[in-house]
Amino acid sequence: MSKAVSALNGASFSGMADVIETGLTGMITLRGALSDATFQQAVVDATGCAVPAQRKVIQVGGNVVVWMSPDELLIVTDHAKAPAMVDTLSAALKGQHALAVNVSDARACFTLKGVGARETLAKVAPVDFDGAAFSTGDVRRSRLAQVAGAVWLNADGSFTIVCFRSVGQYVFDLLKTAAHPLSAVNALG
Amino acid sequence: MLILECPYCGVNAEETELSAGGEAHLKRFGPGSSDDNFHDYLFVRENPRGVHLERWRHANGCGKWFHAARCTTTLEVFGTYSAQTTEPPQEIKDKISARRPGWSWREFS
Ligand SMILES: [Zn+2]
Repeated sequence: MSKAVSALNGASFSGMADVIETGLTGMITLRGALSDATFQQAVVDATGCAVPAQRKVIQVGGNVVVWMSPDELLIVTDHAKAPAMVDTLSAALKGQHALAVNVSDARACFTLKGVGARETLAKVAPVDFDGAAFSTGDVRRSRLAQVAGAVWLNADGSFTIVCFRSVGQYVFDLLKTAAHPLSAVNALG
Repeated sequence: MLILECPYCGVNAEETELSAGGEAHLKRFGPGSSDDNFHDYLFVRENPRGVHLERWRHANGCGKWFHAARCTTTLEVFGTYSAQTTEPPQEIKDKISARRPGWSWREFS
């Protein structure tokens, strides 16, 4: 197989928040019945994470499981480990109405951190990113200006942003503009 | 600004996160139906001033389709409900009745 390259090859920008394309990141879309015991066990066995509640993420070690919809999870893991994890999940869910797909190379992933991170996001999405409304372990799928994206808040205070790879450059440029050092609005407490 | 609560992810989504899916509870008339029924199914839509039942999709969100009951005049939202139904649930009908006594929409009231 050809050499894997992430959407923006680790591009980064530093302004009122730091925007970093995470480089090669493993991402698996897992669909199925989230309340089903076999499904839940398969997720725990493969990732070490329980199935998160509505609009929550669960992080254990290097794995993150993200609630995407009532029948969809996103698993974030090492890029190299993703194919084997898909196999593990597929085997555990054999016969179930479920599907695991490696979407690592179909997505772009960013880290956004720093004091201006909440404000940067608030500028580009119709979402309340105030500390009281959006806290650690919360995830929100929404639009980032003109494209769809998912945003969650990690335990270390950084945000992770995932979008389609085809709009990776757009999202990077968008975040770069919103995080411009002279563009602070200071609207969030 | 129209804000609808998505029944699937619980988000209070504003309009730009949603895409409109037209009238709710259309009954499909396909092969074997009369020309009149087929014509109405394709072309005839409610265009009320007041209570309206619609389909919406949480397009920039969880991606799910759902139903909404709202007023086209005031933009008041009576409620949103599951897509897995062919008629508005009683709870939604009650909510509309509380605000618009005597309302009717197609065969529902
Ligand atoms: Zn939703």
